[in-house]
Amino acid sequence: MTEKNTNSPTGPERLKAFEDNWKTAMGAWFPGERVVLRGKDVFKELNDYSWVEYLYYAITGKHSPKTARLIEGLWMLSTSYPDPRLWNNRVVALAATARTTGALAVAAGIAVSEATIYGLKPIKGAIDFLYRAAYQKENGIAIETIIKEELKASRSVSGYGRPLVNGDERIAPVLNFLTEQGAHDGKFIRLAFEIDHYLKNSRYKYMINIAALNAAVAADSGLSADEYYYMTSLAFTGGMFPCYIDARTQPEGLFFPLSVKRIKSISSNSREWIE
Amino acid sequence: MTNSTEKAPEQITTKIWREEAEPDNPFAAAASYCAGFDVYGDLLGKISFIEYLWLLFKLDPPSKEQARMLESLAVALANPGPRDHSVRGAMNAGVGGSTRASALIAAISIGAGNLGGAREVFTAMQYWQQCGTNLDCWVEIITNPPQNERADVWAEMEHTPGFDPNGASCPTPVKQLLDHLAAIEHSESLVWLQEQRQALEQHAESPLAFSGVAAATLFALGFEPEQAEILFLLLRLPGAAAHALEQEKMGWSRYPFFNDGLTLTDDPGAGNSND
Repeated sequence: MTEKNTNSPTGPERLKAFEDNWKTAMGAWFPGERVVLRGKDVFKELNDYSWVEYLYYAITGKHSPKTARLIEGLWMLSTSYPDPRLWNNRVVALAATARTTGALAVAAGIAVSEATIYGLKPIKGAIDFLYRAAYQKENGIAIETIIKEELKASRSVSGYGRPLVNGDERIAPVLNFLTEQGAHDGKFIRLAFEIDHYLKNSRYKYMINIAALNAAVAADSGLSADEYYYMTSLAFTGGMFPCYIDARTQPEGLFFPLSVKRIKSISSNSREWIE
Repeated sequence: MTNSTEKAPEQITTKIWREEAEPDNPFAAAASYCAGFDVYGDLLGKISFIEYLWLLFKLDPPSKEQARMLESLAVALANPGPRDHSVRGAMNAGVGGSTRASALIAAISIGAGNLGGAREVFTAMQYWQQCGTNLDCWVEIITNPPQNERADVWAEMEHTPGFDPNGASCPTPVKQLLDHLAAIEHSESLVWLQEQRQALEQHAESPLAFSGVAAATLFALGFEPEQAEILFLLLRLPGAAAHALEQEKMGWSRYPFFNDGLTLTDDPGAGNSND
């Protein structure tokens, strides 16, 4: 309720103050001349950034080749499975078999990746949970209590458990990558596995999934929950293009077609519309 | 990659739809039933678009009054006008020569939000479910709105849902719509909103908006918040579509670019870095 706690103009006065007046420190294009991002000339000062470094700078205002490399590695190993049965990828494959454009397909795929049982909601939920759990632990609350409270409030713990299967095959390769990068032993990674240890030995039997490990890496790198969410929103696209190209290349309409008998109707009996 | 011929094929379970296959093609429907009504053999020619929309969501026909209310709401929402954020998104697609689908994607994405969008209607519907026509409850929830305890992909509401934080007095069309809808069936929630509008506006420190009337109407009609959210998205698309096509023909040069409207406050300047 920010409206009530401000002495600045309200209502139409506020709109009037912003009419043709957008002040920003983020950046701008000077047509025919130059581009600025967060106070830096893109052509002269950011020209040696990698694309992920540029994205990371755009989102956080920080230049960190190390964090950019970590994020890029996590994306590559754990977020872009080229399997068209996965729900977000299937949207892209359906778009291709129905012969829509690649950009429309991937736009829909990204939007759908903001899901509850996988994708962006648990990803953001996992980093949020790790930050809250770390804060509580620092204040002397036991891991068991923290987890029980979380389960009571949410009936799940973001980053633990998984649809279809329980174990997560991505944990080992990502840990190998993190070890290579010297980023395998941060405070949040240790916390993530402490929670895993409790949960898998509890009656819930939840095991850590990649969302918790990746979130721990992000937290150890100092990203906020929002920054991590923005960075990750594009992470799934690497698995989408193969699904699109595959279904686009095969004859139209043939991606998992459904016959009439594949509809299990539990609807009303036949009836007539009375005008 | 399990593949067993023993297994029954996976099916889509639905209350909404039933099909009978054409004798020569199991992948084509000879008859389609919506909630038991033969769509092409019975409904076509008898049912109005609004009645069919109702049937799809509710699985039973509306009364004449319910259909009139939904139709009136649909007319009121169909075109928010070219100053509306969601319609502007669609027009941006139009002037740039983007795909027509992207115009609607832009309108849906923008029109999904907390300010004047479908998420605002969803949240307002939750207020209605919680408070109904109890003014004390409304005053309490407006004064102490529920806060997200967990991180969500949706931002916190920054104003009372259903009210316009940038408004002055309640706009005439909003009052006209509320009066019209309340007169159709004298629904308790709409009549109560008419009577208590000014009291609510005083506590919200902002005037009632279309989103608030939409939420009250869809609550009066017995829709769930999730249904209201998605109906609000759907009903506002016609105007976005028409304006996008119009601006596509007009072209970018006759459409605002805000050339002089942006001020960069962190600028290294031409030829210099600010390190």
